[in-house]
Amino acid sequence: MTAAVEAEVGRARRRKEDARLITGRTRWTDNLTLPGMLHLAILRSPVAHARIAAVDTSAAEAMPGVLAVLTGVDLAKEQGSMGCAWPVTPDMAAPQHPAMAVDTVRYAGEAVALVVAASAYQARDALDAIDVEYADLPVVLDVTRALAADSPLVHPEFGSNRCATWVFDSAEAGTGGETAPAIADAEVVLRRRFRQQRIIPAFMEPRSVLVDPTGDQVTMWSATQVPHILRMMLAATLGLPEHKLRVIAPDVGGGFGGKLQVTPEEVLVLLAARRLGRPVKYTETRSDSMLSCHHGRDQFQDLTLAARPDGTITALEVELLADLGAYLGLLTPGIPLLGAFMFNGIYRIPAYRFTCTSVFTNKMYTDAVRGAGRPEATFGIERMMDELAAELGLDPLEVRRRNWIGHEQFPFTTVAGLTYDSGNYEAATDRATELFDYQGLRREQARRREQDDPTLLGIGVSTYTEMCGIAPSKVLGSLSFGAGGWEHAAIRMLPTGKVEVVTGSSPHGQGHETAWSQIVADRLGVPFEDVEVLHGDTQISPRGMDTYGSRSLAVGGVAVLLAADRVLDKARPVAAHLLGCAAEDLDFAAGRFTARGTENGVSIQEVTGAVFAAHDLPDGFEPNLDAQATFDPENFSFPHGTHLCAVEVDTETGAVKIRSYVCVDDVGTVVNPLIVDGQVHGGVVHGIAQALFEEASYDELGNLTTGTFADYLLPTAADLPHLVTDRTVTPATSNPLGAKGVGESGTIAATPAVVNAVVDAVRHLGVTDIEMPCTPQRVWRAIGGGA
Amino acid sequence: MIPVAFDYLAPSTVDEAVRALVDAGEDAKVLAGGQSLLPVLRMRLAAPSMVVDLSRVGELRGVREEGDELVIGAMTSHHDVLRDQLVRTHALLLAEATTTVADPQVRHRGTLGGALAHADPAGDLPAPVLALGGDVVLAGPTGRRTVPVERFFVDYFTTELAQDELLVEIRLPKRTGWGARYEKFSRVAQAWSTVAVAATVLVRDGRFVEAKVALTNMGAVPVRAYAVEEALVGGSADADAIHAAARHAAEGTNPTSDASADAEYRQHLARVLTARALTAAAAV
Ligand SMILES: Cc1cc2nc3c(=O)[nH]c(=O)nc-3n(C[C@H](O)[C@H](O)[C@H](O)COP(=O)(O)OP(=O)(O)OC[C@H]3O[C@@H](n4cnc5c(N)ncnc54)[C@H](O)[C@@H]3O)c2cc1C
Repeated sequence: MTAAVEAEVGRARRRKEDARLITGRTRWTDNLTLPGMLHLAILRSPVAHARIAAVDTSAAEAMPGVLAVLTGVDLAKEQGSMGCAWPVTPDMAAPQHPAMAVDTVRYAGEAVALVVAASAYQARDALDAIDVEYADLPVVLDVTRALAADSPLVHPEFGSNRCATWVFDSAEAGTGGETAPAIADAEVVLRRRFRQQRIIPAFMEPRSVLVDPTGDQVTMWSATQVPHILRMMLAATLGLPEHKLRVIAPDVGGGFGGKLQVTPEEVLVLLAARRLGRPVKYTETRSDSMLSCHHGRDQFQDLTLAARPDGTITALEVELLADLGAYLGLLTPGIPLLGAFMFNGIYRIPAYRFTCTSVFTNKMYTDAVRGAGRPEATFGIERMMDELAAELGLDPLEVRRRNWIGHEQFPFTTVAGLTYDSGNYEAATDRATELFDYQGLRREQARRREQDDPTLLGIGVSTYTEMCGIAPSKVLGSLSFGAGGWEHAAIRMLPTGKVEVVTGSSPHGQGHETAWSQIVADRLGVPFEDVEVLHGDTQISPRGMDTYGSRSLAVGGVAVLLAADRVLDKARPVAAHLLGCAAEDLDFAAGRFTARGTENGVSIQEVTGAVFAAHDLPDGFEPNLDAQATFDPENFSFPHGTHLCAVEVDTETGAVKIRSYVCVDDVGTVVNPLIVDGQVHGGVVHGIAQALFEEASYDELGNLTTGTFADYLLPTAADLPHLVTDRTVTPATSNPLGAKGVGESGTIAATPAVVNAVVDAVRHLGVTDIEMPCTPQRVWRAIGGGA
Repeated sequence: MIPVAFDYLAPSTVDEAVRALVDAGEDAKVLAGGQSLLPVLRMRLAAPSMVVDLSRVGELRGVREEGDELVIGAMTSHHDVLRDQLVRTHALLLAEATTTVADPQVRHRGTLGGALAHADPAGDLPAPVLALGGDVVLAGPTGRRTVPVERFFVDYFTTELAQDELLVEIRLPKRTGWGARYEKFSRVAQAWSTVAVAATVLVRDGRFVEAKVALTNMGAVPVRAYAVEEALVGGSADADAIHAAARHAAEGTNPTSDASADAEYRQHLARVLTARALTAAAAV
């Protein structure tokens, strides 16, 4: 590579998409208006579990502007059942999942009727005129209660609320020993129960769907992360021919996993538009969103860790009780299982057993939220490492050092069966402790304790790794996942030398347009400004597996790189022809082919022009430089890092303040450091938010009590510390870019770092855990307040 | 989120506004800054048939002095209260409390009158106004009446205001040279109070000459912590006295329990925050 080429990848470019995204002067779905467009509103169940005894829509139908009022009964024949793409076990209970409840509602917020009217106002007004009679059924909200023999049943046809039990055992898998004897023989055995509270993805742009059924093809615009999956799943759910359906994800304002879903709303808008033969739009309100976008996490973790007195871990057992809510969304039952491969973290653990029992309750269903399974696992193991350190009187970093995989041991096959290709935990930890002033803070902590300072200091450690860049298709297949994990890209060389990059990734805030342009500008040696990235429309980008699981760069970005290489391969004989030399005698640098040893050259953009004209090409050359590539990774990527958090705990009020936060992440090759820092910042904040603020709760009747941002607390800049970020760079060996994912790593790492810090601050007062979120009241009670 | 349809009037005088309320009857709502009313309408917690917007009633804006009193127009925005030198000089506690309200956007639209008329138990402005003492002036079809602040707040989201009355101004006795502190506890920075304590004190020669303390969100309405005040006045302004007095802060209170805090914890917070508020107000 020449200097100019190197300058593009690794350059901290400002994101080219930001101006339009930040000002909102762009194509958000709700900004779109079509001629004759109608508006749809949804009536949602106010009760968590009931039979729908009667629905009277006559008054609503008579309201001004109303064109249709539809109930589940009206749609029963055509709505099919919402698909779940991840049947985790052969005997998994997979209930019918109607887009609109037909005879029974199973969670508060479930759709029971819809109105289509000329204006959004008229549609909303008519909702109040629909009369639904509910015959209440008993509600079950707690997972343990749900498994009791006498529990009310969410889906009586299964005779139990258990959805599936999934087991991984290292002895059976041949990746390690048996846990039971290791635990029985261990000198140190720690058992802890942790709770992962329920959280809501809280993307900035509410979900919005517009369907145009006119003409031969149905077109759907949706604020989704997954236009390609959506198209496929809608075709399957509704029996629509896939080629008669076009899905467009225009600019999308955030997702955090919450828009990795095929939603009842999308189905309902499509059905309504098809019935009425006119375009129909639905945009949810924030209150609708809190109730009915899928939630995340919600599990109990029972962990048993066995160790020798020197801190060497000998076995780990994990039992999860996962609350799935009332139905299965796209990936619902698989999300907790993603943790199965991550509970062992960065450590050498000789024996490991993981069991997950997943359970139905009368709540909104859970599914992927940023990190999806991996934050839960990382929380579990990183909390246990701090517990082990405390039990043995060792420094938490020292316990980790004694167990982690040394940098010289890569590639390393873990007890969970994954092969970590690369990493350097020592380097990241050394750098983090230095930036953090670890020893200085430890001294201050001791001093405050000695002086009975009402403000205590706590230090939390999280040395995480995660599997991302989802995923090798073969691995997905072995996990019974419903699709592959490849990604596709195409490059179109335009006659004037400009370049269009078509990607199957579907950005919703990540900055792909900038990063992909950098990759292509780098590889082809064309100006950054000459590259346009197209995405999110199944007609423009027909092949794609979309954006989630920190897969875009490590899979989609690699496909772009490979496609660029193919453009060059195609261009080479033309350049040789134009320069009158043999293809083997060409050099390529900074966008120019030169005949080796001469000044004689031609740029890739000139070659493109020549191919377009096609007047003078090598014999038999097909006049087209466009190229495509589909990349299926051979392995996940494994970003890792060390996060250190210092908190101050006000023992009088229980309030927790983050005093400093240092993260040193290793995400392999960095295409754009500004984007990486942004992802780390956002991710860490998301993780802090789970530790201290966010919690979705239901009352004993199953009503969501955190349905607005006044009750569902998200931190703002005013609640957060300055984040100190740095990096080590150990390129991934599993893709030619050397890139690892970064979209979720901060979220995965931060939550245990913060909770470890809070517990560390008050551990000398006899505290071994504080349930998340660590609210002031919970902290105050943990240290004996009110006792 | 879409409110129920309503008619809208934007009068330019208090008299016109009152007449509009009388004409509209039971179903009218006054709109000030809209920072509380709009969410209420959009969530359909209220469905007025008429909204009377006060934003064009110029006479309701601004701060002025009248003798020993500071007079603040009901439509004075939080932002303008904060920037006002008279408020800073004579009612420092109100300025201190107003800085904790929401964010700059909300403070540019929300008004002092609206915050008092809304009477949210977690709202941050009723308690400081109660601590400062004084009166609110209400205008109705039969003229104006003056109500002492301690009688203005009746219950959750309920005040002395009749359906056809407007809150026109807030009259506060000048507390010139008094120290003040609004000690707010909330789970995130931009939010209503879990509990807060409004304290303003006059200290001379190391003794509390006067002390006024009121609590936010310790009941349906803001409450004066009389026992704390009594314990302080005449005593020396030192840490021991403050801590002894603060122990009385939760006496007679009946706070709610919710997801952020149960009643016992709120009472504990009231004591802790009272000590902190007094320490800062008295500069101990
Ligand atoms: C995001 C956000 C955060 C907030 N955070 C806080 C906070 O931290 N602390 C806090 O204290 N408040 C907070 N608020 C509320 C804010 O302070 C409001 O401005 C205030 O409560 C209401 O003032 P307003 O002028 O907007 O009144 P409006 O919303 O217009 O009216 C509120 C109520 O008072 C009535 N009303 C208003 N003016 C009069 C009048 N002159 N005569 C008779 N009736 C009248 C209205 O009819 C209505 O019932 C927040 C608001 C928002 C949107």
